[in-house]
Amino acid sequence: MELIDQHTKKIMEDCKELARAAGLRFQDESLEYIVTNRDLLEISPKVMIPTLYDYWVHDVEVLREKGKYELYPGNPYETVINTRPAISFYNDNNPDWLNVMIFYHVLGHIDFFQNNIYFQHTWDYDFTGQALSDKRVIARLRSEKNKWVDYVIEFARGIDNLVGFHDTLSRKNHVNLDRQSKKLNFYFDIFLQSVIKARINVYVQEIERYNRCIDENGALGQDIFFSEIEKKHPEFATLFQKSLVKKPRGRKDLLQFLLEHSEFLNKEENRWMKTVIQVVRKTSLFFQPQIRTKIMNEGWASYWHEQLFLKDKRIKGHEVEFARVNAAVTSLPRVGLNPYALGMRLFFEIEEMADKGRYDYEFQRLLDTEARKKFNADTKQGRALIFAVRENYCDSMFISTFLNQEFINRYNLFVAGKRLNKSKMVWEYYIKSRNVLDYQKMIQDSLYHPPHITVKNNGSGKGELYLVHHFEGKPLVNEFIANTMMGIEYLWGKPVKLETSVVASQPGPQADASASGISSLMPGAKGMPEIVWRRVVYTMDNRKLSKSEI
Amino acid sequence: MDQKLLNILAELKARGLSKAQEQKILAEIRYGGTHGVPGEGEVSTSGSGGTVPGNAAGIYDYHDLAVLQDFSLSLENYHAGLRSLDELLEKDQQREEDGFPRKIRVGRMIKPGKGGKDRVVVVPTTVEEKFIHDKPKPPKEDGEASGGSGDGQEGEVIGEQPLHSPEPGSGTGPGEGDEGSHEMESSAYDLGRILTEKFELPNLKDKGRKRSLTRYTYDLTDRNKGFGQVLDKKATLREIVETNIHLGNLPDPSDIDPTRFLISPSDRVYRILSKEKDYESQAMVFFLRDYSGSMLGKVTELVVTQHVLIYSWLLYQYARQVESRFILHDTSAKEVDDFYTYYNSRVAGGTKVVSAYKLVSDIVESENLARDYNIYVFHGTDGDDWDTEGKETLPELKKMLAYANRVGITIAEHAGTTHRNTEVEKYLNKSELLTEKPQLIRLDTMREDSDEPRLIEGIKKLIS
Repeated sequence: MELIDQHTKKIMEDCKELARAAGLRFQDESLEYIVTNRDLLEISPKVMIPTLYDYWVHDVEVLREKGKYELYPGNPYETVINTRPAISFYNDNNPDWLNVMIFYHVLGHIDFFQNNIYFQHTWDYDFTGQALSDKRVIARLRSEKNKWVDYVIEFARGIDNLVGFHDTLSRKNHVNLDRQSKKLNFYFDIFLQSVIKARINVYVQEIERYNRCIDENGALGQDIFFSEIEKKHPEFATLFQKSLVKKPRGRKDLLQFLLEHSEFLNKEENRWMKTVIQVVRKTSLFFQPQIRTKIMNEGWASYWHEQLFLKDKRIKGHEVEFARVNAAVTSLPRVGLNPYALGMRLFFEIEEMADKGRYDYEFQRLLDTEARKKFNADTKQGRALIFAVRENYCDSMFISTFLNQEFINRYNLFVAGKRLNKSKMVWEYYIKSRNVLDYQKMIQDSLYHPPHITVKNNGSGKGELYLVHHFEGKPLVNEFIANTMMGIEYLWGKPVKLETSVVASQPGPQADASASGISSLMPGAKGMPEIVWRRVVYTMDNRKLSKSEI
Repeated sequence: MDQKLLNILAELKARGLSKAQEQKILAEIRYGGTHGVPGEGEVSTSGSGGTVPGNAAGIYDYHDLAVLQDFSLSLENYHAGLRSLDELLEKDQQREEDGFPRKIRVGRMIKPGKGGKDRVVVVPTTVEEKFIHDKPKPPKEDGEASGGSGDGQEGEVIGEQPLHSPEPGSGTGPGEGDEGSHEMESSAYDLGRILTEKFELPNLKDKGRKRSLTRYTYDLTDRNKGFGQVLDKKATLREIVETNIHLGNLPDPSDIDPTRFLISPSDRVYRILSKEKDYESQAMVFFLRDYSGSMLGKVTELVVTQHVLIYSWLLYQYARQVESRFILHDTSAKEVDDFYTYYNSRVAGGTKVVSAYKLVSDIVESENLARDYNIYVFHGTDGDDWDTEGKETLPELKKMLAYANRVGITIAEHAGTTHRNTEVEKYLNKSELLTEKPQLIRLDTMREDSDEPRLIEGIKKLIS
């Protein structure tokens, strides 16, 4: 791996200038590397992070068919990685004009990484740097503990998709109330409101009295204010002391829970395992936002490479080549979901709509189709809105908020179904629906969404760990349950239970399997019987799995 | 519909056939596919709306390097970065000793090339298990929904994709996914060794002592008069003596004077390079595969994969001295030259197991193989047979058992059928051959969705 040459770097720096002028915001430094095939072989299993810790599974071809992205939130072949400075990878024989286009695309990604709030927890440090030190720690531990390090990595990775990504974010956004003293907050927020349930006028009077005390006595004002209260309400001091006793704040994900409460992990001789688990957890957290913003991120980058390159004078003489490459990247496939195409069109759509003021109430109130078609308030709010969207949305919100029937109609989108035609023995692709709700559901179903599994204290006292899968209409992949739970049992040191839902009855295969004819001409004509779900508890005890009904 | 097949059906019907059986047979007849190896000059017929290229790509299948820079991995040198298979397997065995289940699987993909059928592709694979959502299972006739764009009414068919080759035109045959795989080539012999050592497939106790002629060596064994590579002095001298006797130039045999010999040019005998049969091969394996229409999809893949594993194992057991013959059958059987054709031929047509058994017997008889070889016959099928009671098949099978060391029958059952209720299994059980001659014939029945450990388990059953 080597850095790009000075000539190409100059191109990048020029691109940065123009991108900044257009409103993108990103750090000054960036690193661009030329990668060869060989480099790629080495780093793609490590999700393009060259310094990621070693793990034997990276050396083995992984069976990726089954819900591969559900298992691996990181894209193995990303061009840009979200580090400080941002690192991007290039083929060594791109012509200059193509590099200009790619650089704009890359800058779009960097802007997205550094401004979208879902990436907030990655802003304060350089992941490659941290990964390197983690890698060394793991290498050192491996020299002492051998294969056990790999077992711990394996078991921790088994549950690393359950990390509390959103909890981490919400802690980041926690509003800091500590500008005032805790005592004061307690008095006004809790004591007055919930303990003595003071009326509003009393509350306001107290605020006035506080301000007066401060004005008259300066630094001593607060003490004087409280001495009055303690005279009036002798119980205040005790209540306040009680409130200081720390309550566990925020939810803990499964890995955190194990780290804190597992007796096994907290044994002196096993403490090193916690370090390994922390590394796995941090790594997983780092990759979480990437997969949740795939459509937006690619759409945003595609929007900008098109916008910026078309205005760049370096496109002169390469218009046709650009058109070809750009079309290949951003054309809507006949069947399939291209995040570049979809995301970019949505950003253009949002910009256009907002420019015409169509997100305003005035337009929403309009019912006449003709009038809606012609509506143009010329508010020119488009750019501002797409920047706000890139800052505050993730894929799921992006789709559910902005993808509407007009967009579907405009681009001729549809949900494609696939069915078996038995008489011809072929899979038929057909247009299943052009309804926006169906389309949204189809996308939402294909978006990354790990199961929601929490720890429940059932107070049985035997020290077993009770996990609850909050069912969302999709069962867990059955054959993975045993080994995953075995891993948790190892880390917990005691039996583990998992409560989840399984199919109680499924509509059996219709009639004789060899009955001929097209199964059904009209989609949905055949009334699909509802699947009945049933709650069950899996128990992993001493590496043996058993299942019982509730 | 094929008239020939219909004739057979009429014949069968005359002998009595249940409704369900007739349905099954009709379905096979209706399926108008042809045999053939995908990608061999066949034009895929497009449907009403044209074909849909490949499988529909999802959101996460796109990535910058490929889309923007057209940068994709060339996979040949992947194994450079891999640990050796042995090392990985050792690690895996260690796992078992530590009380954790094994994680590495071997030989998911077998892609024998056209020449040198000895090469197989071994892919050490594993899966990282996590709690993830399963896709709610759609009914069997429904694939997964995807996105799309373009013209057309709701309900309109916009393209189709042949069922039996998920990747049209790619010519890769069963087992090949649409994403590139990181492969490691290894010879079938190595795979056999791994199977024997690591997966504890049994060693053959009695490998037999029959030696036979299959391999060729090149040696200076042929003689040629007049010219050649090395002069065979003894033979030449003999020729000269003979010539001189004829000429009357050797009056007294007890007193020979070589100096008076006349030498004709054709008296000189030379040795020249010649192709010689070598006497070492010991085992002859017949691989029989049902490639009738009912064998669509996963069942075929299972059967062939198992056959590759068996082949590898035998190759190791007989120290490479294994000859293999490949036979495909529907209602009639044919022998194909190499594993590639055997492996990749498409399914179509009806099913008559007897045709294959008959062909094996014919080959054995006409080439007199029984004398020189240990003969193994492995047959893979979905258990479907038009000869529903085995009236023709069983006598042929018995005949085969007379000379074969082992007949192993694998039934890969289709999902959605009752377990252990296929025609072949039924008539085999009825015949009691399985219990009478357990040393000679074995049956392994597995479900369509069996995984690789199950396959290896099956092999143990077939060969132990």
